[in-house]
Amino acid sequence: MDITFHLNGEEVTLSGVSPTATLLDWLREDRLMTGTKEGCNEGDCGACSVMVTDDRGSKALNACLLFMPQLNGKSIRTVEGVSSPDGTLHPVQQAMITHHGSQCGFCTPGFVMSMVTAHKNGATDHDVQLAGNLCRCTGYAPIIRAAEAVEDQPVPTWITEEPQLREPVPTAQNHSPYAPRSSDELAAIYEKTPQAVLVAGATDVALWVTKGLRDLEDVIFLDGCTDLKQVEITDDEVWFGAMVDMNTMRDAIAPLHPSYGEMIRRYASQQVRAAATVGGNIANGSPIGDNPPALIALGATLHLRQGGNRRSLPLEDFFVDYGKQDRQPGEFVEAVSFARQEDTLRCYKLSKRFDQDISAVLGAFNVTTKDGVVTEARIAFGGMAATPKRASHVEAALVGQPWTRETISAAQAEFDKDFTPMTDMRASDLYRLESARNLLARYYAELNGETVSVLEVVL
Amino acid sequence: MSKTNSGPVAKPLPHDAAKLHVTGTARYVDDIPVPAGCLHLAFGVSTIAKGQITSMNLDAVRASDGVVMVMAAQDLPFTNDVSPSIHDEPLLSDGSVHYVGQPLFLVVANSHRAARVAARKGKIEYAEETPILTVDQALQADSRFEDGPRIYQKGDAAAVIDAAARTVEGEMELGGQEHFYLEGQAALTLPQEGGDMLVTSSTQHPTEIQHKVAEAIGLPMHAVRVEIRRMGGGFGGKESQGNALAVSCAVAARATGKPCKMRYDRDDDMVITGKRHDFRISYRAGFGDDGVLQGVEFTHLVRCGWAQDLSLPVADRAMLHSDNAYSIPAIRIESHRLKTNTQSATAYRGFGGPQGMVGIERVMDHIAHDLGLDPVKVRQANYYDAPPSGGSAPQGISDKKKDNTTPYGMEVSDFELHGMTERLLESSDYEARRAEIAEWNKGQDHLKRGIGFSPVKFGISFTLTHLNQAGALVHVYQDGSIHLNHGGTEMGQGLFQKVAQVAASRFGVGMDLVKITATDTAKVPNTSATAASSGSDLNGMAVKAACDTIRDRMAEFLAQRHQCDVGSVRFESGQIYVGEDVLTFEEAASQCYQGRISLSATGFYKTPKVEWDRIKGQGRPFFYFAYGASVTEVVVDQLTGENRILRSDILHDAGASLNPDLDIGQVEGGYVQGAGWLTTEELVWDGKGRLSTHAPSTYKIPACSDRPDEFNVELWSGENREDSIYRSKAVGEPPFMLGISTYLALSHAVSQFGDAYPALDAPATAEQLWSAIRRVRDGV
Repeated sequence: MDITFHLNGEEVTLSGVSPTATLLDWLREDRLMTGTKEGCNEGDCGACSVMVTDDRGSKALNACLLFMPQLNGKSIRTVEGVSSPDGTLHPVQQAMITHHGSQCGFCTPGFVMSMVTAHKNGATDHDVQLAGNLCRCTGYAPIIRAAEAVEDQPVPTWITEEPQLREPVPTAQNHSPYAPRSSDELAAIYEKTPQAVLVAGATDVALWVTKGLRDLEDVIFLDGCTDLKQVEITDDEVWFGAMVDMNTMRDAIAPLHPSYGEMIRRYASQQVRAAATVGGNIANGSPIGDNPPALIALGATLHLRQGGNRRSLPLEDFFVDYGKQDRQPGEFVEAVSFARQEDTLRCYKLSKRFDQDISAVLGAFNVTTKDGVVTEARIAFGGMAATPKRASHVEAALVGQPWTRETISAAQAEFDKDFTPMTDMRASDLYRLESARNLLARYYAELNGETVSVLEVVL
Repeated sequence: MSKTNSGPVAKPLPHDAAKLHVTGTARYVDDIPVPAGCLHLAFGVSTIAKGQITSMNLDAVRASDGVVMVMAAQDLPFTNDVSPSIHDEPLLSDGSVHYVGQPLFLVVANSHRAARVAARKGKIEYAEETPILTVDQALQADSRFEDGPRIYQKGDAAAVIDAAARTVEGEMELGGQEHFYLEGQAALTLPQEGGDMLVTSSTQHPTEIQHKVAEAIGLPMHAVRVEIRRMGGGFGGKESQGNALAVSCAVAARATGKPCKMRYDRDDDMVITGKRHDFRISYRAGFGDDGVLQGVEFTHLVRCGWAQDLSLPVADRAMLHSDNAYSIPAIRIESHRLKTNTQSATAYRGFGGPQGMVGIERVMDHIAHDLGLDPVKVRQANYYDAPPSGGSAPQGISDKKKDNTTPYGMEVSDFELHGMTERLLESSDYEARRAEIAEWNKGQDHLKRGIGFSPVKFGISFTLTHLNQAGALVHVYQDGSIHLNHGGTEMGQGLFQKVAQVAASRFGVGMDLVKITATDTAKVPNTSATAASSGSDLNGMAVKAACDTIRDRMAEFLAQRHQCDVGSVRFESGQIYVGEDVLTFEEAASQCYQGRISLSATGFYKTPKVEWDRIKGQGRPFFYFAYGASVTEVVVDQLTGENRILRSDILHDAGASLNPDLDIGQVEGGYVQGAGWLTTEELVWDGKGRLSTHAPSTYKIPACSDRPDEFNVELWSGENREDSIYRSKAVGEPPFMLGISTYLALSHAVSQFGDAYPALDAPATAEQLWSAIRRVRDGV
């Protein structure tokens, strides 16, 4: 594949790029630019963070999870390209020195890139911006001091003025890797090559390469399908195209369902959310992907497309069994949608660490009452079964009953019928089952206005 | 003797490499440009925990793309051993398999990825045996290092406890910890003429790398040179665990004649290398109604893994910190060093000290709970006495003089914690907050807050006495620039800057004249690991000695030349005052050169006063103690066990700090790392001995938002009572143990849900806390 992009302001054109070469390896091994570090090679430590800019703006991404073809037409800035051409340090760099934000220095380039990106975007929610950057030395406090110190400083011109992007080199459509420019093109290609791997944000597929050491044969990069990046919110419906990234989804959903927005804040990290997509998260069928339970609780509909044929189904029906989804060869997720509704949704994510951790249990509760009686209950869990799954018995125990502690207690007993969770390194079966039960009590308490989360406690 | 002023010492200068860090130009091993033809290495590792290899078919490995060579144990030219202690750790399996992840064969290929891909293609057959994974299994099989348990004691603890007015007893599991240095293990070798080897290794212990490489390629140590400019974090994990990579690279470079590089992928790093020792600690304590401890018994079951590595001194240090800050009239500590089919546990910041300290802090917490007393009061009542002069007055409940010797017979003569505790309780507003928390908790169903206080008294020196030595090499060039080298290694702690501040101060010059250079076994030989918090203490003193030698030679020459008394020569602010004349340092260096004065010197230092018999458990293993104290407040949710740190206040004793800002950095970072150990950092092995938590996706070190919302850190303004470098104190490990206050705060919060003692295990994950709350609330 031939690609063109800007690297620290200079145009780079490469031909015959392997579809699964990562930006991190290319920078370090081919370009001998070793400022960008490999800490984990799986997108969890952020040491390889770079800033990627396109017509949708600038974002920090993990270079270890970026395949080179994904860069086509974009501008990349690495730590080597953050100081001014004359060597003047970026304010973030100077503040990191002044506030002792580095000790061993190995995570520092990644922190600098996340901070430079946040600074450029005017973001001051530092804990959120930096949740995807691990530091083992400093305890983070001095890094946050540095981030706070530059909040009011102007963005340097050499950062604001990325060179004009040329139109990306058109990509041949007749051999892999494919880079369709619309969902129609995608549908046509995928129908002909159903064995191909679809790469949306690559936050999952990249691990097949970096950790599984697989070489992928046929690959279709979806980033060019801009018509799949639409978010539509009407009076009746909320619609997310499959290629909507998770940060965009968070921004869209937070005003409608704040608890869902807060859950997405804790979903992976800023870098991973900037790459990960709504469709990818559903299509890979993870039993603990955090979106599906929340969407199921909202009564979401999944929209699939195969060639010219489209079909829709309730999202919960998509997940057939562990690793098995109701998706035909050549069929892809086009969108997910749900009806506008009163916000009674609460999403509870239990994990060892609050930020950037895979859930042990993700419970999504959406109970509607009228005149004190439950009229509808949609409760779905991740991490409790082989697939994201509704708690049907619990729901049944609620519907038609008065919305009281007694009803909650009775419904809590029903969890055993819905779930037989497993024990793994994240949690025991007992903890999963009992805390799931408790989350129903938390839901009731929260709707009653009680303080239920340690995250709400501020001294 | 010539004189200098204090110069840059005690100034809060940034890390010497800070600008290189933030611009991505600081070079780590994997960043060094390599000559063309550099080969890359990876290990094929075992998939079972215990057994014998019955066949090893490596045909597919050899046939894999890019593979140059594959080596198994029989292909190694000389010694097959990478152990730092008793030669029980083959580089490549000799046919026996001892843990999942043990290196079996070595792949040499033309790229890092080609080596990794090939390493998975080995077809190994095993005669599998039942592994010993847990401390119970090890005890039952009597699988241990040393003949039996090591026992240190003072008085007749059993009798004292039996006779005491009150007793508590309990048992706790205390998990291990992955170092998670951000830079994985790495090494690079460049073969030299005549078979010599130049090694660059991400190691805290260059001399050990030199020693093991020399053994492995059958040459004297003089044929091997090891260099390291910096590591991307160490925390003890690079004290011995880098041996396997450096030796592999050397052996492969010897065989191929090409440069060889090896770095572990993160998952390999976590599966192959050792971690902090996990402990099961059981205790029985006798005390009076006033909370004063009369006697305590501890049993430590230490899971050491498959090879001895540094487990004996780690387990010893745990015993040596079983008193922490408390005068204990009668104590018995029994320590079992158990051999299991898991990674060989190794050095980790605190080196067993944290585990020992958690034991006694758990006892203090339990006593306070039993008596319904404020745990701070109980602790103060049990503190060692302050030294007779110069220190703050004892604050104990009891006024009578305590026995101020440790269980191992060392007099505690520098105890700072009375004054530090008073000051911290005041600055953190402890009492008012404790009352406010109690009030707040009454109004909450689901959430409870808790507050915990813990002191630290940490012994400084290597317990293996001969390691307490260091060397330095200093050159002054004729243009006045200074080349500084010593045996310490830089892993982020700021050692190089602190030592450079010493050097600049000795010459009375600015920092710009001092060049900090990479640690190099060819410049300073026979160094100890940069470990045991000793870096600045030992190397600072050695550098001071070297600088003073040169300075005195310069002074003598200049005094003679300028016809004045040598005692009146002053090195100050970049100038040298010689009688009526004033020279710049550059001019002086030039004159000395022309006067044929040697401007190069070595320096050497050995710690005075230390002597230690680890079998008897008697002596003075430590030159001095470093102190600290912390107050942490948390909130816990009973429905899920979710919890957070809300506020932490710390007062830490760095003596007369060489660099207060760098020291505060160690304190902040150490605290968060310690809190991580006791909360979210959970290592999980499955029933077959496979580590399930082998990447940051499953092993959770603290993230940004896990630091305390409010985080107040101060240094105690004292100075070392012993004659250390500028009266400073070591600061690498001690702050790690400040994190224990997090565990205690969580225990306090859990205790708000019921009457029973929380008896928390660690790490106190959300699930642990949820489980503990059920126990205290429902008796489940």
